[in-house]
Amino acid sequence: MLNPDSVGRTFAGTDVITISQSEIDAFCAVIGESDTTIAPPTFSIRITLSQYESILTQPEIGLDWSRLVHGDQKFEIIEPIKAGDALTCAATIENYRVAAGNEIVTVRSDLHRGADLVISSWSTLVVRA
Amino acid sequence: MIEVGTVLPEQIFFIDRAMLKNYADASGDQNPIHQNEEFAVSVGLPNVIAHGMLTMALVGKYVSDFAGGAGQVLEFGARFTKPVIVAAGEKVDLTVSATVSEIVDGKISLTLSATSAGVKVLGMAKAVVQK
Repeated sequence: MLNPDSVGRTFAGTDVITISQSEIDAFCAVIGESDTTIAPPTFSIRITLSQYESILTQPEIGLDWSRLVHGDQKFEIIEPIKAGDALTCAATIENYRVAAGNEIVTVRSDLHRGADLVISSWSTLVVRA
Repeated sequence: MIEVGTVLPEQIFFIDRAMLKNYADASGDQNPIHQNEEFAVSVGLPNVIAHGMLTMALVGKYVSDFAGGAGQVLEFGARFTKPVIVAAGEKVDLTVSATVSEIVDGKISLTLSATSAGVKVLGMAKAVVQK
């Protein structure tokens, strides 16, 4: 179970993540996007989901990643990601509830390039009972 | 002429197991429910299912194409209501369409529809773009 004390708190991601052109190329290739000069609108999930996993599964937070289902997802893109961007991720646990034994967690991710916010996204993650 | 109520042309994407493998590598999401049929069935799924985020990425391509590029997409969200089921050796459809729901200060809101095998797979799917 998620530690209720973590709700409302913001957790810094562990590393600065530098985006390579080959990562963008691979994502574009799957969806048939020919313009690889910027990342597609959902590309940042590549960073965000792994950051969530490393943050939310820490023992003091305690989310069980193995029973996780993705409920919904939203992006606000201030500036598209490009190759060479060095990004940091902060995750905020915005909401948490338990319904029929399922844990439902809403997490916001803010990706910054230096001081500039480039993408905010919201994920509802469901840990099945 | 784009105005509120305009229906955008439908586009059909095809999803197969090879695309799931490529998306797993491109996204970093290697959850076996998207690649391993035996595992997927063992956790109660009917078969291998596509990543919800792959479905969303393809709808994002549709939105980018309408907007004139990925850089024109300001907001994009959806709920994962039903899985896209991908049997071995098959190509399943992801059929995408949209209606213009609002235009404010040159920003166009789209209400998106995404179905596979006739089943609605995304709910509350919306995007805001500037053309």
